[in-house]
Amino acid sequence: MEKIKTPDTKKLLKKAGKGAYGKEALISYGIVIIGYILLKLGAATGIIGFNLQGQFVPICVYVSLAISLNLVVGISGELSLGHAGFMAVGAFTGIIAARMTEGVFASGNTRLFVAVIVGAIFAAIAGFIIGIPILGLRGDYLAIVTLAFGEIVRNFMNVLYFAKDENGLRFAFNHTIPGIDNSQRIITGAIGATSVQKTASFEAGIILVLFTLFVVLNLKNSKHGRGIMAVRDNRIAGESIGIDVKKYKLMAFVVSAALAGMAGAVFGQNYSTLAPIKFNFNTSVLVLVFVVLGGIGNIWGGMIAAALLTVLPEALRQFADYRMLTYAIVLIVVMICTYNPKIRARFSMLIDKVNPFKRKGDQAVTEGGGSDE
Amino acid sequence: MKKNWMKVVVVALSCMMAVAMTGCGGGSSSSGFEDGTLKIGTAGPLTGPAALYGVAVKNGAQLAVDEINASDPEFKLSFVAQDDEHDAEKSVNAFNKLMDEGMQVLAGTVTTAPCTAVAAEAYANRVFALTPSASGPTVTADNDNVYQLCFSDPNQGIAVADYIAANYPDAKVGVIYNNADNYSSGIFDKFKSEYESKGKKIVAVEAFADDANADFTAQLNSCKDAGADMLFLPIYYTPASNIMTQADKMGYAPTYFGVDGMDGILDLEGFDTKLAEGVLLLTPFTPYSEDEKVQAFVAAYEEAYGEKPIQFAADAYDVVYALYNACLEAGVGPDNTAEEICDALIKTFNGGFKYEGGLTGDSMQWNSAGEVNKTPKVCEIQGGKYIEK
Amino acid sequence: MGFINSLISGLSLGSVYAIIALGYTMVYGISKMLNFAHGDVIMVGGYISFCMTMYIGMPGWAALLVAMAVCTLLGILIERLAYRPLRGTGSLAVLITAIGVSYFLQNTALLIWGANPRVFTSLFKGISTMHAADGKLTITPESLFTIVACVIIMIALTLFVNKTKAGKAMRAVSEDNGAAQLMGINVNQSISLTFAIGSGLAAVAGVLMCSAYPVLMPTTGAMPGIKAFTAAVFGGIGSIPGAMVGGLILGVIEIFARAYISTELSDAIVFACLIIVLLVKPTGLFGKKISEKV
Repeated sequence: MEKIKTPDTKKLLKKAGKGAYGKEALISYGIVIIGYILLKLGAATGIIGFNLQGQFVPICVYVSLAISLNLVVGISGELSLGHAGFMAVGAFTGIIAARMTEGVFASGNTRLFVAVIVGAIFAAIAGFIIGIPILGLRGDYLAIVTLAFGEIVRNFMNVLYFAKDENGLRFAFNHTIPGIDNSQRIITGAIGATSVQKTASFEAGIILVLFTLFVVLNLKNSKHGRGIMAVRDNRIAGESIGIDVKKYKLMAFVVSAALAGMAGAVFGQNYSTLAPIKFNFNTSVLVLVFVVLGGIGNIWGGMIAAALLTVLPEALRQFADYRMLTYAIVLIVVMICTYNPKIRARFSMLIDKVNPFKRKGDQAVTEGGGSDE
Repeated sequence: MKKNWMKVVVVALSCMMAVAMTGCGGGSSSSGFEDGTLKIGTAGPLTGPAALYGVAVKNGAQLAVDEINASDPEFKLSFVAQDDEHDAEKSVNAFNKLMDEGMQVLAGTVTTAPCTAVAAEAYANRVFALTPSASGPTVTADNDNVYQLCFSDPNQGIAVADYIAANYPDAKVGVIYNNADNYSSGIFDKFKSEYESKGKKIVAVEAFADDANADFTAQLNSCKDAGADMLFLPIYYTPASNIMTQADKMGYAPTYFGVDGMDGILDLEGFDTKLAEGVLLLTPFTPYSEDEKVQAFVAAYEEAYGEKPIQFAADAYDVVYALYNACLEAGVGPDNTAEEICDALIKTFNGGFKYEGGLTGDSMQWNSAGEVNKTPKVCEIQGGKYIEK
Repeated sequence: MGFINSLISGLSLGSVYAIIALGYTMVYGISKMLNFAHGDVIMVGGYISFCMTMYIGMPGWAALLVAMAVCTLLGILIERLAYRPLRGTGSLAVLITAIGVSYFLQNTALLIWGANPRVFTSLFKGISTMHAADGKLTITPESLFTIVACVIIMIALTLFVNKTKAGKAMRAVSEDNGAAQLMGINVNQSISLTFAIGSGLAAVAGVLMCSAYPVLMPTTGAMPGIKAFTAAVFGGIGSIPGAMVGGLILGVIEIFARAYISTELSDAIVFACLIIVLLVKPTGLFGKKISEKV
């Protein structure tokens, strides 16, 4: 039995999704590059105002977060509610690293690079520490532990104090460091990081997105990636053909954490101040909304959702007092429209009618199946 | 693959619809800058847990703008407040939105952490900023064009420490502060170092994290067990009302000492004001003042918005008048660019400009660091009114 | 005495979490969804009760009944409009919709009641605090009645689910939706009933919570909602006694962490305990073992 079965599944794993890889990668990279060119053109010609220009970096950060969370939620099939925690680790360690190297590297881009690397390393360590014990948990229990992790990180950030003086980095717990003046402070508890030298740029953001895409797409389409997806679809079947479930899940989790840390580091370098409260449960949920709205497991869908939903609240400013209410309604309506089987069937019939590339045998989608793609 | 396409199409369509709707909504909306006026903008939390501060600033500033427009036939103002949800990122977005709309002067932003982020942007864009209420020291640091109308957090911490040490030498002081909040931990840090430098000891330091509706019995029990007979609350009045109510139920009655965030506690709907009897607080403004100007302001505010103004509204009102007076003195107006106004106002503010007769201070002047010369005054609540000590 | 005082306030806080967690757990049991809007229904219940007593002058208990009625209707409406169209599409889609509903409720409350907070008048205002052991031990009527209410609700709910026809139908639906339908159970009705009960309980929780911790704001329900969700998972999500025990333990840990370890880090300690419990018992204290079939 085994002799026949093993090579078969391996081949299948190798073959599976090979055709889709090229297409998915093409669309994903295409979106980034076209988006970059369009936004740059818009900014150069003055069509795009300060408001949207100011959001270039956050858009890149959120797009990148959506991609990295998709690795856990979509590809690995685990619900994570603590992505902001990893982002926080990356952001704050990145800020410290950038401050410490101020005297070493004159160039802002170099410091940004250092911040991103340090942020990624520390976030990966956090992901590893939290990942080892919890990946045995399933479904909503894993979700709650990631939520707990995010809250713990934020809680700790509220009592951590860092400063830099002639002796180097100083650190205190739960009280201000004596003999430090304002300019030497790096992180001051709940007040967070202040006087951050802004080094992030739109180009850095785009590079971040491209790098994240490169890592996630390659992982998704490697042998490991298909192993992870096989485990997601049927854990027992996956285990029975010899896939080391825990190892693969841990790998996806740590990579995702490291990428979130990088995004956090870029985010931290884009504002002159950063408070721990930014990384609360709401931010984790926001990133999850991107992933689900874009289609779970669909990388470029999540990217588009992230970009649109980041801009949407700004576009709704005209509504004044009704802004966030409108945002909530749009969110609910879009969710129902994209996931309700009946409405989807109607939409797909409409698309079929106008779709010149209609293939034979493409039936209207009537079964619900958002989570199993 | 096709399912995914569809989702994206639907999402994109819905978002476009929403954006298109905003286009239509824009015309009918009454807000927005008007041409030929001095365009004053602010950003503050109009939604979310901190919304009451942003809404108060918006209302107070609007009141001042309407008054000036009614009385001055030549120099007209227009005012727009954008929501920042008390978040630095959103606040920068709101600032950029205001820049798109042609803002010339920033009367904000409302809260400290977002204001610190916006201050850096205002510095880079050369827009003059006078914040009504962002009291953290980080707001004005490094920025030559950002000024505060409120007194700064460290000053409040020092003032309270000095006052307690001088007037209540035997008090056993406990503290409950919000360690997830910039404002609260900023005041507490300075209070602690100043009070301890006088050889005094704080008997109990307790914290809570942002949740105004939490259970405070553990913190209160610790303070009670430590024998604290004076409780310093460097927090806003919302959690303070919760703390007082719970302490009352426990039968614990220390003397409370609040800072300017305590103002407003008497007007909290449903709050038993008897609990606030004897509370000491620092405040530059009280709606119960006998002062004529204050009375007129309170009456106009109640008429327009149906509630008593809190200190944030008065600060915002003062900010608009201070900006207006400073512009007249500097000789700049609606026709100047934001940068010209910025340069002129920096010169005026640093050059001894005096704002007389404000609601929150008689004769305000600024130093080149951007701080106002107001001195915190201690008041005691007696019979539902503030009595100056 | 400090220990007993802390224990009482812990149990009282825990009872509030427990009542909210019951709503979470019942909804999860029957529709396998995390209803993140549940916390905001608490806030609505608080506001309704507040308005009834302050503006209409109703007595506290009548206001509570009105709040329960409104929240029950609200729960049914939310399920009908927002969640039912997505039934069977995977729990994540409904989770995001629930978050949308949560934003919706918070911002509607902001528009209706404004940003200024209110202070809730306690349901037990006339009753004075009990003191014992030379005044060192204090028992507030709020904590006493909250604990009692929690126990009563828990017993009533268990009886309802195990003894009545509707309750058995609910259990059947949560066990196997399809099979229940084949047995002639009206699944829609059962789910609506669950949401109705859960939301009615949320109103009770809202009034009890605001009686003890009186600040009422549009975001009042958010943090208790997350804590109660944690409590439900702690006890094993889907289990009624689990939600009760989970809520109580969580409340006690939170207060003890504040009283004896650190007020700054109390939330971190609560969540760390949760992680440890889940490592030892991966499906919570009372959770069912998931048996997987190939």
